[in-house]
Amino acid sequence: MEVGQMQRQWMGYMKSLFMEGFLDGQFLQLQQLQDENNPEFVVEVVSLFFEDSERILKDLSFAVDQQSVDFKKIDAHVHQFKGSSASIGAQRVKNACIAFRNFCEEQNIDACRSCLQQVKQEYIHVKNKLETLLRLEQQIVAAGGSIPMMEWN
Amino acid sequence: MAAAGEIFRSNLTELLEESHSGDDELHVLAVDDSLVDRKVIERLLKISSCKVTVVESARRALQYLGLDGDGENSDIGFDESSVFREIPVVIMSSENVLTRIDRCLEEGAEDFLLKPVKLSDVRRLKDFIMRGEVKDGEKSSLKRRRSSDDCTPSLSTTFSPMRHLCDPPSSVFSPLSPSTLSSKKSRL
Repeated sequence: MEVGQMQRQWMGYMKSLFMEGFLDGQFLQLQQLQDENNPEFVVEVVSLFFEDSERILKDLSFAVDQQSVDFKKIDAHVHQFKGSSASIGAQRVKNACIAFRNFCEEQNIDACRSCLQQVKQEYIHVKNKLETLLRLEQQIVAAGGSIPMMEWN
Repeated sequence: MAAAGEIFRSNLTELLEESHSGDDELHVLAVDDSLVDRKVIERLLKISSCKVTVVESARRALQYLGLDGDGENSDIGFDESSVFREIPVVIMSSENVLTRIDRCLEEGAEDFLLKPVKLSDVRRLKDFIMRGEVKDGEKSSLKRRRSSDDCTPSLSTTFSPMRHLCDPPSSVFSPLSPSTLSSKKSRL
């Protein structure tokens, strides 16, 4: 596949991620922060996000499994997750966290457990999507092309 | 912990010595407990031509500035004339809670950024701070309020940045927490 084709494929994929609500404008902000001096920036941030998320999900699973549930602690973890997902533009994860926090406030443990599953699912979804996207970017760059700039209104 | 404090302190001494470089570069001390956010804010600031130091907590921030109360070198003369009072503090939060924001601003924060922070936010803020836009009226009302309090001046006091005088951080971007600000106050 030649570079132009790959770039078009990338653009199509990006568009679908936005249309489907996986990503929002904040992800484009990150793209803007990448340049020749920092060509790996997006990959680095996304990797940190994955690392951080796995840790938070582990802590969350532990917290909701406790005999005596500490809703404040759960809420704190979810708040963190909401923050980091918002920072990279992982919109669906962020929204799942918002719903989760509401149930923490209500101290509804069953709803919280179900929310945790939701958040996990959304995270796995966006992780796969991002990995695919970043792989496409790698291919473009390896073929000597550059990653197109996108706008989203 | 103490060793880390020492490293930060000697770092600061170096900064003070290098200070008269005459460049207009803002040096920002960014404080955030989120790994992802630290990475993003660092890049946002660097791309906006700021020198950046990122730390993960208020404690580390105070250590970096040598204000943590550990060891003999901690007392860098934090008084009325201290250069630290010149440093503008900007608060960041993902939550738009007006009462909390107002309280931070009353305690002396220069501005508030809603997370996730964008490039346009940083640019706007940088322009604002570079122009030293604290109005005189505002300045004196802040002064008046502080002299009526019995507490020592807090790190979050804002006056016009005197970045030419020396180069500790020109501003501190910090997570929103009135308790952090007031705990800084009580320690100083």
